[in-house]
Amino acid sequence: MSLYDRAITVFSPDGHLFQVEYAQEAVKKGSTAVGIRGKDIVVLGVEKKSVAKLQEERTVRKICTLDDHVCMAFAGLTADARIVINRARVECQSHRLTVEDPVTVEYITRHIATLKQRYTQSNGRRPFGISALIVGFDCDGTPRLYQTDPSGTYHAWKANAIGRSAKTVREFLEKNYTDEAIATDNESIKLAIKALLEVVQSGGKNIELAVIRRNQPLKLLESKEIETLVTEIEKEKEDEAEKKKQKKST
Amino acid sequence: MALFDVSGYKSHAGLRGQILGTGVGHLVDRPNQEFAVPVGVDPSGFLKSCSREGAVSIDLNHGTTTLAFKFRHGVIVAVDSRASAGSYIASKEANKVIEINPYLLGTMSGSAADCQYWERLLAKECRLYKLRNKQRISVSAASKLLCNMMLGYRGMGLSMGSMIVGWDNKGPGLYYVDDNATRLSGRMFSTGCGSSYAYGVMDSGYREDMTVEEAYELGRRGITHATHRDAYSGGVVNLYHMQEDGWIKVCKEDVSELIHRYRKGMF
Repeated sequence: MSLYDRAITVFSPDGHLFQVEYAQEAVKKGSTAVGIRGKDIVVLGVEKKSVAKLQEERTVRKICTLDDHVCMAFAGLTADARIVINRARVECQSHRLTVEDPVTVEYITRHIATLKQRYTQSNGRRPFGISALIVGFDCDGTPRLYQTDPSGTYHAWKANAIGRSAKTVREFLEKNYTDEAIATDNESIKLAIKALLEVVQSGGKNIELAVIRRNQPLKLLESKEIETLVTEIEKEKEDEAEKKKQKKST
Repeated sequence: MALFDVSGYKSHAGLRGQILGTGVGHLVDRPNQEFAVPVGVDPSGFLKSCSREGAVSIDLNHGTTTLAFKFRHGVIVAVDSRASAGSYIASKEANKVIEINPYLLGTMSGSAADCQYWERLLAKECRLYKLRNKQRISVSAASKLLCNMMLGYRGMGLSMGSMIVGWDNKGPGLYYVDDNATRLSGRMFSTGCGSSYAYGVMDSGYREDMTVEEAYELGRRGITHATHRDAYSGGVVNLYHMQEDGWIKVCKEDVSELIHRYRKGMF
Protein backbone atom coordinates (compact mmCIF):
# COMPACT_ATOMS: atom_id res chain seq x y z
CA MET A 1 0.00 0.00 0.00
CA SER A 2 2.75 2.44 0.87
CA LEU A 3 4.13 2.13 -2.66
CA TYR A 4 1.08 3.95 -4.10
CA ASP A 5 0.34 6.65 -1.56
CA ARG A 6 3.17 9.15 -2.08
CA ALA A 7 2.17 10.75 -5.36
CA ILE A 8 -1.31 12.09 -6.00
CA THR A 9 -1.16 11.13 -9.65
CA VAL A 10 -0.69 7.41 -9.03
CA PHE A 11 -3.57 4.95 -8.73
CA SER A 12 -3.22 1.91 -6.52
CA PRO A 13 -3.84 -1.51 -8.12
CA ASP A 14 -7.30 -1.68 -6.57
CA GLY A 15 -8.30 1.73 -7.87
CA HIS A 16 -7.70 4.03 -4.89
CA LEU A 17 -6.15 7.47 -4.91
CA PHE A 18 -4.60 7.29 -1.49
CA GLN A 19 -3.70 10.97 -1.21
CA VAL A 20 -7.35 11.86 -1.70
CA GLU A 21 -8.40 9.37 0.96
CA TYR A 22 -5.79 10.72 3.37
CA ALA A 23 -7.18 14.19 2.69
CA GLN A 24 -10.58 12.87 3.71
CA GLU A 25 -9.00 11.66 6.95
CA ALA A 26 -7.74 15.19 7.56
CA VAL A 27 -11.33 16.37 7.15
CA LYS A 28 -12.49 13.88 9.77
CA LYS A 29 -10.15 15.52 12.28
CA GLY A 30 -11.74 18.95 11.85
CA SER A 31 -14.50 20.28 14.10
CA THR A 32 -18.05 19.33 13.21
CA ALA A 33 -20.22 21.40 10.92
CA VAL A 34 -23.89 20.77 10.20
CA GLY A 35 -26.14 22.17 7.48
CA ILE A 36 -29.95 22.07 7.32
CA ARG A 37 -32.19 23.06 4.43
CA GLY A 38 -35.54 24.32 5.68
CA LYS A 39 -38.48 25.66 3.71
CA ASP A 40 -37.65 29.38 3.84
CA ILE A 41 -34.35 29.22 5.69
CA VAL A 42 -30.99 27.48 5.50
CA VAL A 43 -28.99 26.91 8.68
CA LEU A 44 -25.29 26.30 9.23
CA GLY A 45 -23.96 25.28 12.61
CA VAL A 46 -20.36 24.64 13.63
CA GLU A 47 -18.64 23.38 16.74
CA LYS A 48 -16.53 26.18 18.14
CA LYS A 49 -13.16 24.91 19.27
CA SER A 50 -12.17 26.40 22.60
CA VAL A 51 -9.56 29.13 22.12
CA ALA A 52 -6.51 29.78 24.25
CA LYS A 53 -6.86 32.38 26.99
CA LEU A 54 -4.85 35.07 25.23
CA GLN A 55 -6.37 34.42 21.78
CA GLU A 56 -8.98 36.76 20.31
CA GLU A 57 -12.06 34.74 19.57
CA ARG A 58 -13.16 36.69 16.53
CA THR A 59 -10.29 35.61 14.28
CA VAL A 60 -11.51 32.02 14.12
CA ARG A 61 -14.52 32.05 11.79
CA LYS A 62 -15.64 28.81 10.19
CA ILE A 63 -18.76 30.19 8.49
CA CYS A 64 -18.05 32.57 5.61
CA THR A 65 -20.12 34.42 3.03
CA LEU A 66 -19.28 33.80 -0.59
CA ASP A 67 -21.85 36.35 -1.83
CA ASP A 68 -24.99 38.03 -0.47
CA HIS A 69 -27.09 34.92 -0.98
CA VAL A 70 -24.55 32.07 -0.57
CA CYS A 71 -22.38 31.06 2.34
CA MET A 72 -20.34 28.05 3.38
CA ALA A 73 -18.93 26.22 6.38
CA PHE A 74 -16.00 23.83 6.17
CA ALA A 75 -14.28 21.06 8.10
CA GLY A 76 -10.58 20.32 7.78
CA LEU A 77 -7.46 22.43 7.21
CA THR A 78 -8.33 26.08 7.85
CA ALA A 79 -5.51 27.38 5.66
CA ASP A 80 -6.71 25.37 2.65
CA ALA A 81 -10.23 26.64 3.27
CA ARG A 82 -9.07 30.24 3.13
CA ILE A 83 -7.72 29.71 -0.40
CA VAL A 84 -10.84 27.92 -1.62
CA ILE A 85 -13.10 30.59 -0.12
CA ASN A 86 -11.09 33.35 -1.77
CA ARG A 87 -11.29 31.69 -5.19
CA ALA A 88 -15.02 31.12 -4.74
CA ARG A 89 -15.59 34.77 -3.79
CA VAL A 90 -13.71 35.93 -6.89
CA GLU A 91 -15.75 33.56 -9.05
CA CYS A 92 -19.04 34.85 -7.60
CA GLN A 93 -18.12 38.40 -8.60
CA SER A 94 -16.69 37.31 -11.93
CA HIS A 95 -19.99 35.58 -12.70
CA ARG A 96 -21.93 38.73 -11.76
CA LEU A 97 -19.71 40.71 -14.12
CA THR A 98 -19.97 38.47 -17.18
CA VAL A 99 -23.46 37.04 -16.84
CA GLU A 100 -25.07 40.01 -15.02
CA ASP A 101 -26.79 37.61 -12.65
CA PRO A 102 -25.82 36.25 -9.20
CA VAL A 103 -24.46 32.69 -9.13
CA THR A 104 -26.77 29.80 -8.41
CA VAL A 105 -25.70 27.71 -5.42
CA GLU A 106 -25.15 24.76 -7.77
CA TYR A 107 -22.86 26.80 -10.04
CA ILE A 108 -20.53 27.93 -7.28
CA THR A 109 -20.50 24.43 -5.77
CA ARG A 110 -19.56 23.03 -9.17
CA HIS A 111 -16.80 25.63 -9.46
CA ILE A 112 -15.38 24.72 -6.04
CA ALA A 113 -15.64 21.01 -6.80
CA THR A 114 -13.90 21.44 -10.18
CA LEU A 115 -11.14 23.40 -8.44
CA LYS A 116 -10.67 20.60 -5.91
CA GLN A 117 -10.64 17.95 -8.64
CA ARG A 118 -7.92 19.79 -10.55
CA TYR A 119 -5.68 19.49 -7.53
CA THR A 120 -6.19 15.70 -7.49
CA GLN A 121 -4.87 15.46 -11.01
CA SER A 122 -1.79 17.67 -11.21
CA ASN A 123 1.88 17.18 -10.50
CA GLY A 124 3.41 18.40 -7.32
CA ARG A 125 0.17 19.66 -5.79
CA ARG A 126 -1.66 17.99 -2.96
CA PRO A 127 -5.49 17.95 -2.69
CA PHE A 128 -7.30 20.50 -0.54
CA GLY A 129 -7.92 18.99 2.88
CA ILE A 130 -11.41 20.36 3.37
CA SER A 131 -15.02 19.39 2.91
CA ALA A 132 -17.45 22.23 2.49
CA LEU A 133 -21.15 22.71 3.15
CA ILE A 134 -22.48 25.37 0.78
CA VAL A 135 -25.92 26.86 1.44
CA GLY A 136 -27.98 29.59 -0.07
CA PHE A 137 -30.98 30.59 -2.14
CA ASP A 138 -31.20 30.67 -5.93
CA CYS A 139 -32.74 33.60 -7.83
CA ASP A 140 -36.08 31.81 -7.94
CA GLY A 141 -36.14 31.51 -4.15
CA THR A 142 -35.36 27.78 -3.81
CA PRO A 143 -33.17 26.96 -0.79
CA ARG A 144 -30.16 24.73 -1.51
CA LEU A 145 -27.57 22.79 0.46
CA TYR A 146 -24.56 21.13 -1.20
CA GLN A 147 -21.58 19.27 0.18
CA THR A 148 -18.17 18.92 -1.50
CA ASP A 149 -15.25 16.73 -0.48
CA PRO A 150 -11.51 16.65 -1.26
CA SER A 151 -11.97 14.37 -4.26
CA GLY A 152 -14.01 17.02 -6.06
CA THR A 153 -17.43 15.35 -5.96
CA TYR A 154 -20.48 17.27 -4.85
CA HIS A 155 -24.01 16.31 -3.92
CA ALA A 156 -27.19 18.09 -2.89
CA TRP A 157 -28.53 17.30 0.58
CA LYS A 158 -31.55 18.07 2.72
CA ALA A 159 -29.33 17.99 5.79
CA ASN A 160 -25.75 16.87 6.33
CA ALA A 161 -22.79 17.02 8.68
CA ILE A 162 -19.02 16.98 8.11
CA GLY A 163 -15.97 16.75 10.32
CA ARG A 164 -15.46 14.97 13.62
CA SER A 165 -18.35 12.67 14.58
CA ALA A 166 -20.15 13.49 11.36
CA LYS A 167 -21.54 9.98 11.28
CA THR A 168 -23.28 10.38 14.64
CA VAL A 169 -24.77 13.70 13.65
CA ARG A 170 -25.91 12.36 10.29
CA GLU A 171 -27.65 9.42 11.94
CA PHE A 172 -29.39 11.83 14.30
CA LEU A 173 -30.51 13.92 11.32
CA GLU A 174 -31.74 10.87 9.42
CA LYS A 175 -33.98 10.03 12.36
CA ASN A 176 -35.15 13.55 13.11
CA TYR A 177 -35.32 15.43 9.80
CA THR A 178 -39.05 15.39 9.13
CA ASP A 179 -41.44 17.87 7.58
CA GLU A 180 -42.64 18.91 11.06
CA ALA A 181 -39.07 19.39 12.21
CA ILE A 182 -38.47 22.02 9.51
CA ALA A 183 -41.99 23.45 9.45
CA THR A 184 -40.91 26.87 10.73
CA ASP A 185 -37.63 28.79 10.70
CA ASN A 186 -37.30 28.44 14.45
CA GLU A 187 -37.79 24.69 14.31
CA SER A 188 -35.08 24.34 11.65
CA ILE A 189 -32.64 26.31 13.80
CA LYS A 190 -33.49 24.15 16.81
CA LEU A 191 -32.93 20.99 14.76
CA ALA A 192 -29.43 22.20 13.87
CA ILE A 193 -28.67 22.93 17.53
CA LYS A 194 -30.04 19.58 18.63
CA ALA A 195 -27.89 17.82 16.06
CA LEU A 196 -24.75 19.62 17.25
CA LEU A 197 -25.55 19.05 20.93
CA GLU A 198 -25.22 15.32 20.23
CA VAL A 199 -21.48 15.68 19.79
CA VAL A 200 -20.47 18.99 21.31
CA GLN A 201 -19.41 19.10 24.93
CA SER A 202 -20.65 21.73 27.38
CA GLY A 203 -23.65 22.89 25.39
CA GLY A 204 -24.50 26.22 23.77
CA LYS A 205 -21.23 28.01 24.54
CA ASN A 206 -19.37 25.91 21.96
CA ILE A 207 -21.86 26.31 19.11
CA GLU A 208 -21.74 28.95 16.39
CA LEU A 209 -24.85 29.30 14.24
CA ALA A 210 -25.65 31.21 11.07
CA VAL A 211 -28.83 31.46 9.03
CA ILE A 212 -29.81 32.79 5.63
CA ARG A 213 -33.44 33.67 5.04
CA ARG A 214 -34.80 34.22 1.54
CA ASN A 215 -33.67 37.62 0.15
CA GLN A 216 -31.74 38.42 3.30
CA PRO A 217 -28.01 38.32 3.93
CA LEU A 218 -26.26 35.91 6.28
CA LYS A 219 -27.04 36.43 9.96
CA LEU A 220 -24.80 35.08 12.70
CA LEU A 221 -26.77 34.29 15.82
CA GLU A 222 -25.51 35.87 19.02
CA SER A 223 -24.53 33.63 21.90
CA LYS A 224 -27.49 34.95 23.92
CA GLU A 225 -29.95 33.77 21.28
CA ILE A 226 -28.25 30.38 21.11
CA GLU A 227 -28.42 30.06 24.90
CA THR A 228 -32.14 30.84 24.83
CA LEU A 229 -32.75 28.20 22.20
CA VAL A 230 -30.62 25.65 24.04
CA THR A 231 -32.66 26.25 27.22
CA GLU A 232 -35.87 25.80 25.20
CA ILE A 233 -34.58 22.53 23.79
CA GLU A 234 -33.58 21.24 27.22
CA LYS A 235 -36.99 22.15 28.59
CA GLU A 236 -38.67 20.28 25.73
CA LYS A 237 -36.50 17.26 26.48
CA GLU A 238 -37.50 17.34 30.12
CA ASP A 239 -41.18 17.61 29.22
CA GLU A 240 -40.81 14.61 26.91
CA ALA A 241 -39.09 12.62 29.64
CA GLU A 242 -41.85 13.59 32.13
CA LYS A 243 -44.56 12.45 29.74
CA LYS A 244 -42.83 9.11 29.23
CA LYS A 245 -42.50 8.61 32.99
CA GLN A 246 -46.17 9.34 33.51
CA LYS A 247 -47.13 6.89 30.77
CA LYS A 248 -45.04 4.17 32.37
CA SER A 249 -46.48 4.69 35.82
CA THR A 250 -50.13 4.62 34.68
CA MET B 1 -5.99 34.68 -9.45
CA ALA B 2 -5.28 34.52 -5.73
CA LEU B 3 -3.45 31.22 -5.25
CA PHE B 4 -1.60 31.68 -8.46
CA ASP B 5 -0.09 34.97 -7.33
CA VAL B 6 0.64 33.68 -3.84
CA SER B 7 2.49 30.66 -5.13
CA GLY B 8 4.70 32.82 -7.35
CA TYR B 9 4.29 30.82 -10.57
CA LYS B 10 3.35 33.81 -12.68
CA SER B 11 5.31 33.17 -15.83
CA HIS B 12 5.04 29.41 -16.11
CA ALA B 13 2.44 29.09 -18.84
CA GLY B 14 2.23 25.30 -18.69
CA LEU B 15 1.61 25.21 -14.96
CA ARG B 16 -1.02 27.90 -15.31
CA GLY B 17 -2.85 25.80 -17.85
CA GLN B 18 -2.55 22.77 -15.60
CA ILE B 19 -3.96 24.43 -12.52
CA LEU B 20 -6.50 26.82 -14.03
CA GLY B 21 -7.58 24.37 -16.68
CA THR B 22 -8.48 25.27 -20.23
CA GLY B 23 -12.16 25.83 -19.64
CA VAL B 24 -12.12 28.37 -16.82
CA GLY B 25 -10.82 31.49 -18.47
CA HIS B 26 -13.08 31.46 -21.51
CA LEU B 27 -15.46 34.04 -20.08
CA VAL B 28 -12.98 36.59 -18.85
CA ASP B 29 -9.25 36.40 -19.55
CA ARG B 30 -7.65 38.48 -22.23
CA PRO B 31 -4.63 36.14 -22.35
CA ASN B 32 -6.86 33.17 -23.24
CA GLN B 33 -7.57 34.23 -26.80
CA GLU B 34 -9.08 32.35 -29.71
CA PHE B 35 -6.19 33.47 -31.91
CA ALA B 36 -2.70 34.02 -30.61
CA VAL B 37 -1.47 37.25 -32.16
CA PRO B 38 2.32 37.45 -32.22
CA VAL B 39 3.92 40.43 -30.49
CA GLY B 40 4.76 43.29 -32.84
CA VAL B 41 2.13 42.45 -35.47
CA ASP B 42 -0.28 45.33 -36.06
CA PRO B 43 -3.40 44.09 -37.87
CA SER B 44 -5.17 47.45 -38.00
CA GLY B 45 -2.10 49.18 -39.50
CA PHE B 46 -1.93 46.49 -42.14
CA LEU B 47 -5.62 46.89 -42.93
CA LYS B 48 -5.23 50.64 -43.31
CA SER B 49 -2.54 50.13 -45.91
CA CYS B 50 -4.93 47.92 -47.89
CA SER B 51 -7.77 50.40 -48.07
CA ARG B 52 -8.24 53.22 -50.56
CA GLU B 53 -5.70 55.46 -48.77
CA GLY B 54 -2.87 52.95 -49.30
CA ALA B 55 -1.39 51.62 -52.52
CA VAL B 56 -3.48 48.47 -52.80
CA SER B 57 -7.26 48.67 -52.71
CA ILE B 58 -8.93 45.79 -50.92
CA ASP B 59 -12.30 46.83 -49.54
CA LEU B 60 -13.65 44.37 -47.05
CA ASN B 61 -17.33 43.44 -47.15
CA HIS B 62 -19.12 46.33 -45.46
CA GLY B 63 -22.38 48.14 -45.93
CA THR B 64 -25.72 47.01 -44.59
CA THR B 65 -28.88 48.17 -42.96
CA THR B 66 -30.19 46.30 -39.96
CA LEU B 67 -32.74 47.45 -37.43
CA ALA B 68 -34.47 46.18 -34.33
CA PHE B 69 -36.98 47.69 -31.91
CA LYS B 70 -38.94 46.62 -28.85
CA PHE B 71 -42.68 47.23 -28.63
CA ARG B 72 -45.60 45.96 -26.60
CA HIS B 73 -45.70 42.54 -28.24
CA GLY B 74 -41.99 41.71 -28.35
CA VAL B 75 -39.08 42.70 -30.56
CA ILE B 76 -39.01 43.20 -34.34
CA VAL B 77 -35.77 42.50 -36.23
CA ALA B 78 -35.37 43.48 -39.89
CA VAL B 79 -32.25 43.26 -42.07
CA ASP B 80 -31.35 43.70 -45.73
CA SER B 81 -29.43 41.09 -47.69
CA ARG B 82 -26.80 42.82 -49.84
CA ALA B 83 -23.13 41.89 -49.37
CA SER B 84 -20.84 44.41 -51.10
CA ALA B 85 -17.09 44.56 -51.60
CA GLY B 86 -16.44 48.18 -52.53
CA SER B 87 -18.70 48.85 -55.49
CA TYR B 88 -19.10 45.17 -56.36
CA ILE B 89 -22.24 43.42 -55.12
CA ALA B 90 -20.97 40.11 -53.87
CA SER B 91 -24.36 38.66 -52.96
CA LYS B 92 -27.97 39.78 -53.10
CA GLU B 93 -29.16 37.11 -50.69
CA ALA B 94 -26.69 37.20 -47.85
CA ASN B 95 -28.03 35.96 -44.52
CA LYS B 96 -27.44 38.65 -41.94
CA VAL B 97 -29.35 37.11 -39.06
CA ILE B 98 -27.87 34.22 -37.13
CA GLU B 99 -30.41 32.04 -35.36
CA ILE B 100 -28.48 31.16 -32.20
CA ASN B 101 -31.30 29.20 -30.56
CA PRO B 102 -35.12 29.40 -30.65
CA TYR B 103 -34.96 32.32 -28.17
CA LEU B 104 -31.88 34.22 -29.40
CA LEU B 105 -31.07 36.03 -32.63
CA GLY B 106 -27.97 37.96 -33.70
CA THR B 107 -27.78 40.46 -36.56
CA MET B 108 -24.64 41.22 -38.55
CA SER B 109 -23.28 44.41 -40.05
CA GLY B 110 -19.77 45.48 -40.91
CA SER B 111 -17.26 42.94 -42.11
CA ALA B 112 -19.19 39.82 -43.12
CA ALA B 113 -16.32 37.52 -42.23
CA ASP B 114 -15.91 38.96 -38.73
CA CYS B 115 -19.63 38.87 -38.03
CA GLN B 116 -20.12 35.33 -39.23
CA TYR B 117 -17.13 33.98 -37.33
CA TRP B 118 -17.65 35.68 -34.00
CA GLU B 119 -21.40 35.19 -33.89
CA ARG B 120 -21.07 31.50 -34.68
CA LEU B 121 -18.52 31.32 -31.86
CA LEU B 122 -21.11 33.04 -29.66
CA ALA B 123 -23.64 30.40 -30.68
CA LYS B 124 -21.18 27.70 -29.60
CA GLU B 125 -20.67 29.37 -26.22
CA CYS B 126 -24.44 29.73 -25.73
CA ARG B 127 -24.90 26.04 -26.40
CA LEU B 128 -22.11 25.11 -23.98
CA TYR B 129 -23.67 27.38 -21.34
CA LYS B 130 -26.97 25.55 -21.70
CA LEU B 131 -25.28 22.14 -21.39
CA ARG B 132 -23.25 23.15 -18.35
CA ASN B 133 -25.94 25.06 -16.44
CA LYS B 134 -29.10 23.29 -17.60
CA GLN B 135 -30.79 26.55 -18.41
CA ARG B 136 -30.78 28.84 -21.44
CA ILE B 137 -28.33 31.71 -21.37
CA SER B 138 -29.83 35.14 -20.68
CA VAL B 139 -29.72 37.83 -23.39
CA SER B 140 -27.54 40.06 -21.21
CA ALA B 141 -25.04 37.24 -20.67
CA ALA B 142 -24.92 36.34 -24.37
CA SER B 143 -24.30 39.95 -25.36
CA LYS B 144 -21.67 40.21 -22.60
CA LEU B 145 -19.84 37.18 -24.01
CA LEU B 146 -19.74 38.72 -27.49
CA CYS B 147 -18.63 42.06 -26.06
CA ASN B 148 -15.76 40.39 -24.15
CA MET B 149 -14.64 38.59 -27.30
CA MET B 150 -14.47 41.96 -29.07
CA LEU B 151 -12.59 43.48 -26.14
CA GLY B 152 -9.85 40.90 -26.53
CA TYR B 153 -9.10 42.12 -30.03
CA ARG B 154 -9.77 45.80 -29.55
CA GLY B 155 -7.70 47.98 -31.82
CA MET B 156 -6.79 45.11 -34.12
CA GLY B 157 -9.12 45.96 -36.99
CA LEU B 158 -12.23 43.88 -36.36
CA SER B 159 -15.39 45.38 -37.79
CA MET B 160 -18.72 44.23 -36.42
CA GLY B 161 -21.96 45.92 -35.44
CA SER B 162 -24.44 43.46 -34.07
CA MET B 163 -27.71 43.38 -32.21
CA ILE B 164 -28.43 40.50 -29.86
CA VAL B 165 -32.17 39.98 -29.53
CA GLY B 166 -33.90 37.49 -27.30
CA TRP B 167 -36.51 36.69 -24.73
CA ASP B 168 -35.48 35.35 -21.32
CA ASN B 169 -36.99 35.40 -17.84
CA LYS B 170 -36.30 39.14 -17.56
CA GLY B 171 -38.54 39.70 -20.58
CA PRO B 172 -37.63 40.81 -24.12
CA GLY B 173 -33.97 41.79 -24.54
CA LEU B 174 -32.24 43.97 -27.15
CA TYR B 175 -28.51 44.73 -26.96
CA TYR B 176 -26.22 46.49 -29.43
CA VAL B 177 -22.64 45.17 -29.46
CA ASP B 178 -19.88 46.47 -31.70
CA ASP B 179 -16.19 45.91 -32.48
CA ASN B 180 -15.10 48.53 -29.92
CA ALA B 181 -16.76 46.33 -27.29
CA THR B 182 -19.53 48.90 -26.83
CA ARG B 183 -22.55 47.18 -25.35
CA LEU B 184 -25.82 49.05 -25.00
CA SER B 185 -29.26 47.94 -23.94
CA GLY B 186 -32.07 49.86 -25.59
CA ARG B 187 -35.51 49.93 -27.16
CA MET B 188 -34.46 50.74 -30.73
CA PHE B 189 -31.25 50.33 -32.71
CA SER B 190 -30.16 50.44 -36.31
CA THR B 191 -26.69 49.61 -37.65
CA GLY B 192 -24.83 49.78 -40.94
CA CYS B 193 -24.33 52.55 -43.46
CA GLY B 194 -28.07 52.70 -44.17
CA SER B 195 -28.89 53.14 -40.49
CA SER B 196 -29.55 56.89 -40.66
CA TYR B 197 -32.34 56.35 -43.19
CA ALA B 198 -33.80 53.52 -41.13
CA TYR B 199 -33.73 55.64 -37.95
CA GLY B 200 -35.63 58.41 -39.73
CA VAL B 201 -38.41 56.04 -40.77
CA MET B 202 -38.55 54.23 -37.40
CA ASP B 203 -38.52 57.39 -35.31
CA SER B 204 -41.35 58.97 -37.26
CA GLY B 205 -43.52 55.85 -37.30
CA TYR B 206 -42.85 54.26 -33.88
CA ARG B 207 -45.54 53.97 -31.19
CA GLU B 208 -45.24 51.77 -28.11
CA ASP B 209 -48.78 50.42 -28.55
CA MET B 210 -48.51 49.45 -32.22
CA THR B 211 -50.29 46.31 -33.30
CA VAL B 212 -48.20 43.43 -34.52
CA GLU B 213 -49.02 44.13 -38.18
CA GLU B 214 -48.15 47.81 -37.79
CA ALA B 215 -44.80 46.83 -36.27
CA TYR B 216 -44.05 44.46 -39.16
CA GLU B 217 -44.86 47.24 -41.60
CA LEU B 218 -42.60 49.70 -39.76
CA GLY B 219 -39.69 47.23 -39.89
CA ARG B 220 -40.22 46.60 -43.58
CA ARG B 221 -40.48 50.31 -44.37
CA GLY B 222 -37.32 51.12 -42.44
CA ILE B 223 -35.22 48.68 -44.43
CA THR B 224 -36.89 49.43 -47.75
CA HIS B 225 -36.36 53.19 -47.56
CA ALA B 226 -32.77 52.66 -46.46
CA THR B 227 -32.05 50.35 -49.38
CA HIS B 228 -33.68 52.88 -51.71
CA ARG B 229 -31.16 55.59 -50.77
CA ASP B 230 -28.07 53.64 -49.61
CA ALA B 231 -26.02 52.08 -52.40
CA TYR B 232 -24.62 49.38 -50.16
CA SER B 233 -27.97 48.00 -48.97
CA GLY B 234 -30.47 46.07 -51.02
CA GLY B 235 -31.77 42.63 -51.87
CA VAL B 236 -34.59 41.36 -49.70
CA VAL B 237 -35.97 42.31 -46.29
CA ASN B 238 -35.67 39.45 -43.79
CA LEU B 239 -38.14 40.16 -40.99
CA TYR B 240 -38.21 38.34 -37.63
CA HIS B 241 -40.51 38.73 -34.62
CA MET B 242 -39.19 37.77 -31.17
CA GLN B 243 -42.08 36.60 -28.99
CA GLU B 244 -42.33 35.15 -25.51
CA ASP B 245 -42.19 31.57 -26.78
CA GLY B 246 -39.43 32.17 -29.33
CA TRP B 247 -38.81 33.94 -32.61
CA ILE B 248 -40.72 33.53 -35.86
CA LYS B 249 -39.57 34.49 -39.34
CA VAL B 250 -42.27 36.75 -40.65
CA CYS B 251 -41.30 37.34 -44.25
CA LYS B 252 -38.61 37.66 -46.89
CA GLU B 253 -39.64 40.26 -49.46
CA ASP B 254 -37.75 41.88 -52.32
CA VAL B 255 -37.16 45.59 -51.71
CA SER B 256 -37.69 46.53 -55.35
CA GLU B 257 -41.29 45.37 -55.06
CA LEU B 258 -41.77 46.89 -51.61
CA ILE B 259 -40.49 50.31 -52.70
CA HIS B 260 -43.14 50.47 -55.39
CA ARG B 261 -45.83 49.82 -52.79
CA TYR B 262 -44.55 52.59 -50.56
CA ARG B 263 -43.74 55.19 -53.19
CA LYS B 264 -46.87 54.98 -55.35
CA GLY B 265 -46.91 58.70 -56.01
CA MET B 266 -43.28 58.88 -57.19
CA PHE B 267 -43.12 56.64 -60.22
